[in-house]
Amino acid sequence: METKVFAKEMRKLILEAIYNSKSGHPGGSLSCTDILAVLYNEEMRRDVNDPKNQDRDRFVLSKGHACPAMYSALALKGYFPVEDIKTFRKIDSYLEGHPDMKHIPGVDMTTGSLGQGVSAACGMAISAKKQNKDFRVYTILGDGEIEEGQCWEAFMFAAHYKLSNLCVFIDSNGLQIDGDVNEVMSSAPLADKMKAFGFNTLEIDGHDLDAIRGALKAAKECTDKPTAVIAKTVKGKGVSFMENQAGWHGVAPNKEQYEQAIQEVEANG
Amino acid sequence: MAEMKAQRDAYGEVLIELGKKYDNLFVLDADLTKSTKTADFKKAFPERHINCGIAEGNMMTVAAGIASCGNIAFASTFAMFAAGRAYEQIRNSIAYPHNNVKVVATHAGLTVGEDGATHQCLEDIALMRAVPGMVVLAPSDAVQTKEACRFAAEYDGPVYIRVGRLPIPVVYTEGEYKFELGKSERLADGKDVTLMFCGPFYQLAMDVKAILEKNGLTARIVDMPSIKPIDTVAIKDAITDTGLIVTIEDHNVFGGLGSAVSDALAELDVCRHNGKEIIKIGAQDKFGTSGTPAEILKAYGFDAVEIAKQIIATKCPEFAGEIQL
Repeated sequence: METKVFAKEMRKLILEAIYNSKSGHPGGSLSCTDILAVLYNEEMRRDVNDPKNQDRDRFVLSKGHACPAMYSALALKGYFPVEDIKTFRKIDSYLEGHPDMKHIPGVDMTTGSLGQGVSAACGMAISAKKQNKDFRVYTILGDGEIEEGQCWEAFMFAAHYKLSNLCVFIDSNGLQIDGDVNEVMSSAPLADKMKAFGFNTLEIDGHDLDAIRGALKAAKECTDKPTAVIAKTVKGKGVSFMENQAGWHGVAPNKEQYEQAIQEVEANG
Repeated sequence: MAEMKAQRDAYGEVLIELGKKYDNLFVLDADLTKSTKTADFKKAFPERHINCGIAEGNMMTVAAGIASCGNIAFASTFAMFAAGRAYEQIRNSIAYPHNNVKVVATHAGLTVGEDGATHQCLEDIALMRAVPGMVVLAPSDAVQTKEACRFAAEYDGPVYIRVGRLPIPVVYTEGEYKFELGKSERLADGKDVTLMFCGPFYQLAMDVKAILEKNGLTARIVDMPSIKPIDTVAIKDAITDTGLIVTIEDHNVFGGLGSAVSDALAELDVCRHNGKEIIKIGAQDKFGTSGTPAEILKAYGFDAVEIAKQIIATKCPEFAGEIQL
């Protein structure tokens, strides 16, 4: 499947998951969709038939609430049946409200409590370095999430130990639950901060597939530093009435909204 | 006088032994390598020792990430900054996903001494006991500490081990003693009261027993290194055989060994004798304070004479406060 189509299918599954569960986080799932699509459909060295292979590239969704995006990518790659997406967040379903590495095939780390995923990714990256393994570790943080101090502890750690096998995406959609990131707690100037913290820092359009591919290539070429990719994104990307609306952070669409959203995604895709 | 040895020294030694045995064992520390004694491991296996700097939350989650790649991770700092500061990282990144991380927390309790209340963790057993699936151990000497660490390395899943700062008597014999999860050790027997302790209180329990004997009472002494799971058989035997349990711990009486024993006691199907069943010696819902460890312990009620008086008063209603020493 072409990655552009893969991303479109992901968006439909994200909406389907959240619509059926009547709960979940559409805004931040749709903003990181294109990054996940490139990672899962093109970039990462992973085998669906051997999901626990110790040499696989790792992915940690530090902004764990965006798991409808990860679950959709995993389902499309065959880690579990696509139909199971409908059971998201339901009792008796393994598709827990936030990623659960023990019960969901293909999930490498349990996340959801903000700020911790990036530390876990550091742990994976340093164990690869120490044990001479060549796998790479990818993580996605929210631009609200980086208000957690632990992220900066992890950034210091990553640069100190020269974790060049770690690539940190910051899904910079500009909005968090209480509104504009710059009004709630600004992290500006973010690129300067990441550079000062010792990261190979890139800024891209997080919906431009070629730009994402280019950033991944540049990350691999940097051999002495971790890479931070600040990806400018649109919260709710692909659904007109969700785009750039903080109100769609953690709200499920009703039937009418769901149907309109699916139509728009189909039309845009 | 028994040989004295700090549990953290034993921890430093056993880590080297475990580092040789397991080539996938990593040790993490947060700028306290000389205090926690992980510096010994660093010397032997520099490639597998990771100093995380003064950032305990990050350390615990890094440990989880390392463990998720098929490794064993031992993460150490003071109890205050392990169970306390990094509680939520331990809960969500280590325990909930059942990652193979062993948190070995040193400098637990009042016996930290002069550093005072901010560094005297009196809540860590309570915090760790409440986390589903967490094994909680509070060994009572150097030999048992080593055995607890050997067990932890072998066990697949999260373990919390609490040790103290001070040299304490060596109770067990290396090579003879074998730690078993959920098992206590009966170190002396008696029929009127059972003294159940964890951590640095072997000598105190022995002193209480000696005083009681001069006053016509005999005491069973049980070491309780496994707080979770706890030895319910020993608790049942204690209440059945002696009718009174006294718990002694360097921890708040709320949520620690005393609470764990009370929890088990309340659920036991045994004949009750309508009397007081438990006395909890520990911090009585108070923060610690600065002072020498001996001064603090005395001020907080860890005093053999005072404990013996409480026991005699409970066992002998006619007791007027005078005891034979």
